[in-house]
Amino acid sequence: MSEDVDLSRRHFLGVATAVTGGVGAVFAATPFLASWQPSARAQALGAPVEVDIGKLEPGALLKVEWRGKPVWILRRTDVMLERVRETDAEVRDPASEQPQQPEYARNEYRAIKPEILIVVGSCTHLGCSPIERFDLAPADLGPDWRGGFYCPCHGSKFDLSGRVYKGVPAPLNLPVPPHRYLSDSVILIGSDTGVA
Amino acid sequence: MSRSEHEVGQMAGRREGGFNQWLNKRFPLDSLLREHITEYYASKNLNWWSVFGSLAMVVLVIQIVTGIFLTMSYKPSAAEAFASVEYIMRDVNWGWLIRYMHSTGASMFFIVVYLHMFRSLIYGSYKSPRELIWIFGMFIYLALAAEAFFGYLLPWGQMSYWGAQVIVSLFGAIPVVGESLVEWIRGDYFISDITLNRFFALHVIALPLVLVGLVAVHIMALHEVGSNNPDGVEIKDKKGPDGVPLDGVAFHPYHTAKDLVAFVAFAIVFSAIIFFAPEMGGYFLEHANFEAADPLKTPEHIAPVWYFTPFYAILRAVPDKLGGVILMGSAMILLFFLPWLDRSPVKSIRYRGWMFKTAVALFVVSFFVLGFLGTQPATGAYTIMARVFTIIYFAFFLLMPIYTKLDKTKPVPERVTYHD
Amino acid sequence: MIRNVIACVLLGLPTIAFAAGGGGHIEHVDADISNEASVQRGAKYFVNYCLGCHSAQYVRYNRLAVDLELTEDQLVENLMFTGERPHDTMENAIPSTDSANWFGRTPPDLSLTARARGDDWVYSFLKSFYVDPSKPTGVNNLVLEGASMPHVLWELQGIQKAVYRTDLDAQGSPHEVFDHFELVQPGAMTPEQFDVMAQDLTTFLTYISEPAQLKRQSLGIKVILFLVVLFLFSFLYKKELWKDVH
Repeated sequence: MSEDVDLSRRHFLGVATAVTGGVGAVFAATPFLASWQPSARAQALGAPVEVDIGKLEPGALLKVEWRGKPVWILRRTDVMLERVRETDAEVRDPASEQPQQPEYARNEYRAIKPEILIVVGSCTHLGCSPIERFDLAPADLGPDWRGGFYCPCHGSKFDLSGRVYKGVPAPLNLPVPPHRYLSDSVILIGSDTGVA
Repeated sequence: MSRSEHEVGQMAGRREGGFNQWLNKRFPLDSLLREHITEYYASKNLNWWSVFGSLAMVVLVIQIVTGIFLTMSYKPSAAEAFASVEYIMRDVNWGWLIRYMHSTGASMFFIVVYLHMFRSLIYGSYKSPRELIWIFGMFIYLALAAEAFFGYLLPWGQMSYWGAQVIVSLFGAIPVVGESLVEWIRGDYFISDITLNRFFALHVIALPLVLVGLVAVHIMALHEVGSNNPDGVEIKDKKGPDGVPLDGVAFHPYHTAKDLVAFVAFAIVFSAIIFFAPEMGGYFLEHANFEAADPLKTPEHIAPVWYFTPFYAILRAVPDKLGGVILMGSAMILLFFLPWLDRSPVKSIRYRGWMFKTAVALFVVSFFVLGFLGTQPATGAYTIMARVFTIIYFAFFLLMPIYTKLDKTKPVPERVTYHD
Repeated sequence: MIRNVIACVLLGLPTIAFAAGGGGHIEHVDADISNEASVQRGAKYFVNYCLGCHSAQYVRYNRLAVDLELTEDQLVENLMFTGERPHDTMENAIPSTDSANWFGRTPPDLSLTARARGDDWVYSFLKSFYVDPSKPTGVNNLVLEGASMPHVLWELQGIQKAVYRTDLDAQGSPHEVFDHFELVQPGAMTPEQFDVMAQDLTTFLTYISEPAQLKRQSLGIKVILFLVVLFLFSFLYKKELWKDVH
């Protein structure tokens, strides 16, 4: 090493090069990481869907697909709503305190209109799709079953508001997707603002 | 440093030493770093011509990384390939940037490799004892050419399609087996979905593995004999008492710092192309390739991408199918024999006579002219020119044993020349 | 400014001629995609006059809205057909089998035409329809002889005929070459207005052929400035280190 070397200058330039280069490396990595975000096509395919429920009979369930998941629309009868009230004591989160629904669906029936239930039909345990079991007290589900959804994978049970029963593997209520009414009979699923 | 700080530092050092020891008993990290990085000595008089080797490695890394990300959105099928490239260009976040890095990187790879080969030519880096480095390097070049060719089909544009059609048909010139060979390569009776799918496999897996392996042996051979330098003096002949070549400078930090400067300069040029001229006037991305492949309609003018045009011009210069293919093949193969064609007692152009210098100048001119002619339609005057420069190209190699022997050389110094 | 200089330097190389079919006379156009008003006008013309038969299948409406700085309402009102959604791509109104029957071939998708052919070609094509009674559409196109496309814009441009003059070729034998167009029936627009319209349409087609170009140029300047700083540091550092070497 020669005698005329200015060590502090050398140190400064080394650090400056390393730091600037490091910042550059982070910049360069950003587009690659960002390219994994949903593409414009994925966003288009995942766009909100319009559903016409004009012909949905009371007590009937309509299944539609949104973002690759089943969304259930159930027109509940007065009897069904009554059964929802009856299960209050048996479900884990009766007042919907967990953030599994938009603010406007955080109410007694987890719905904008009490008779119309809209939930994502994907079990909060490990993602299987539960099956609808609206029959009362069947042999396999026991005498206390008041109708609801039953997950065949690991036996989780949900009531007619999609609320999870106590003592099953699923920890949370079925999520209510963002949605809004475009008219009395047309629902937009996937967005609660903007136009269709 | 206060006393306590000093102690903390020592403790940390001891802990690190413990881990280092543990690691190096199991994996020769320190000795590998010493051998190839911190105690690999290259001549102090290397100039900027010496950076293209490291740059080629950087470009290889860029191509591998961007290539991996492109395969995440690309579809290797005739029905979807073209649209999937447009999907990358428009719908994938930053897809356009990744694609332009890859398409520009392909051309930059050849620019860097051609400059690297030219450096070797003028400083005699292929001469004994570095013949194997050169041979491995030539295999890298051939693998790179194949890699580029297979990759060029993937966008499934008109030029992709018809370029592949023409190049694959070249094999048809081989007597007897030619036509069956062409069919075997395509896996079909025309360039089809099947061809695209297998070219994809070759492009993304087979040739990259070959390339990386060849680069490894290229560097191992280099580090065995040591880097050449602009004087062509063997620095290992003059060593100090510590066994370090007197004219040698540690690769790290000295040459790495220099390679870093070269890399940043390269990145500036690279970015300027990507952001302001990704098509490079039709040389890097050809206009006709923005039209989807149509097996029923040949574009009016087809030419390979610029890095193949010198060889393409040689192919067209011969009015015979088989002859053209043979000549084009020999234009590449002859390069392998450079170490033995050159009979000069000196390596570097600095100590050679006018004959070699003239020959190199003519060779460079012929390479550029042939490159230009390869992009142009083959008409009258251009065909004559192509023939003249094809002759010059071959004369450079075939007459080399004669003119390098006759050439008057200057005495080579004992030590490298260096002015600081 | 900087970007223009860089682009000029890079494009200083001779450029490969666009593979423009038919030759004809190609007029130069300045298709400046940073002229937002021009791209917006072009978008409107495109939707009104082209999108009936041609598609732009890789272009999404909502991307247009972002790049052309339109609100979603403006987008829906001005550029979209009823029943389409903002994230849809620009599909044409008629099924391709119908159009193939009507025109003899399916009208090509226009997403990449300006990139494949060049903006000058697109501009010249739009302006080069002339009367040719021998054709089923009653018109021919000087830039693309035998084009099966009718002159969709004739009400605006009017009807023109091609005027030829006789020249001697290299061998000294006379042959006809195109000289100029003559307007035989004026359209709703003056020739100057029509030129601007053709330019707007060309600019729009240039934009959709590579929507990323708006972004890449502005980003490029920042990237290069950053690299220049890094270059300075690394260069000075290298010089500093190499003071050790004598």
